[in-house]
Amino acid sequence: MRPVTHELHVRRRSRNLGLGISLGAFVLLVFMVTIVKLDAGHAIRGVQLQEPAAAVAED
Amino acid sequence: MSNASLTTGAEAHEAQFGDYFELLKPRVMRLVVFTALVGIATAPVSVHPVIAFAGLVCIAVGAGAAGALNMWWDQDIDAVMRRTTGRPIPSGRVAGDEALAIGVTLSVFAVVMLALFANFLSAAILAFTIFFYAVIYSMWLKRATPQNIVIGGAAGSFPPMIGWAVATGGISVESVMMFLVIFLWTPPHFWALALFRNDDYVEAGLPMLPVTSGERVTRNQILAYTMLVVPVSIALGVSGVGGPLYLAGAVVLGLVFLHGAWRLWRREEAAAAADSYRAEKQFFAFSIVYLTLIFGLLLAEAILAAFGLAPAGWPKLI
Repeated sequence: MRPVTHELHVRRRSRNLGLGISLGAFVLLVFMVTIVKLDAGHAIRGVQLQEPAAAVAED
Repeated sequence: MSNASLTTGAEAHEAQFGDYFELLKPRVMRLVVFTALVGIATAPVSVHPVIAFAGLVCIAVGAGAAGALNMWWDQDIDAVMRRTTGRPIPSGRVAGDEALAIGVTLSVFAVVMLALFANFLSAAILAFTIFFYAVIYSMWLKRATPQNIVIGGAAGSFPPMIGWAVATGGISVESVMMFLVIFLWTPPHFWALALFRNDDYVEAGLPMLPVTSGERVTRNQILAYTMLVVPVSIALGVSGVGGPLYLAGAVVLGLVFLHGAWRLWRREEAAAAADSYRAEKQFFAFSIVYLTLIFGLLLAEAILAAFGLAPAGWPKLI
């Protein structure tokens, strides 16, 4: 049976914890900036949805 | 990979998160964040606090990444100088290759995220700052010329311009003047340090001004640059970011800073050696106080203006 924790995990505990917190904080920051930008009326760049009218015309 | 291989060799001294954080030169980062914050706060355009915070994080990470690249490149001389032997690479806590990987990754990350969070101009200046510090200063100038910290000082001078660009998307005379204040302040600050840490630089073979041209020339140059930085700082008082509080503070601080430079200029090498470079150490310490207070006063003016407490009709001559 595999041990629940390995000695390696103990040694790298601070490193993993720090990295986890940093990544969590980054995700939160991106989320907050996204909310602020959408709230300010910024368009979502990079996603070009087809206009409904054009889609109908192609049909 | 076997379990045995995981627990042998370099892992005996496994790097902890704090060791990696130390690669980012947190003390330098503090000044970078503070001056960038002043750049954002003094800009005539209000910026959403979340965007300002995100921008500051990117600037801090970018500056830290440049610090990691500097530590990777300078690991040989860091191991020789007393001031730097405790850094993560020379002390054996972090491998040089890891510092390089962290530096490159965080540089790209910080620049791209700043472009997305704020605008392309601020990201471009941040990218140029990292390049200037890591390549122009660390790899080229530092070991090549006694003017290393004069030109290289530009890297540390950009943060208020980046902050200003985060808010406005542009460059203006005020942001360039804030750049100039740090740029002209850097030589007296570092040369004062070099005067009392001369042995370190000699041992590392770095062409710092006291090493190549002697103490007399260094003291002359310290006075000359101090005479330049003080009027530029005072002139900011009648620019768009100035005000009476700042102007009064800049004059007083400038006079004290000039007095310190004058004291150093009058001292001879023997007198300095006799009291273990007391005046030089005091001047170095005050130079940090000077820059912090100059930017602190700019921040104070911005806060007063935000609360409608700035006097109407204050002359904006620049």
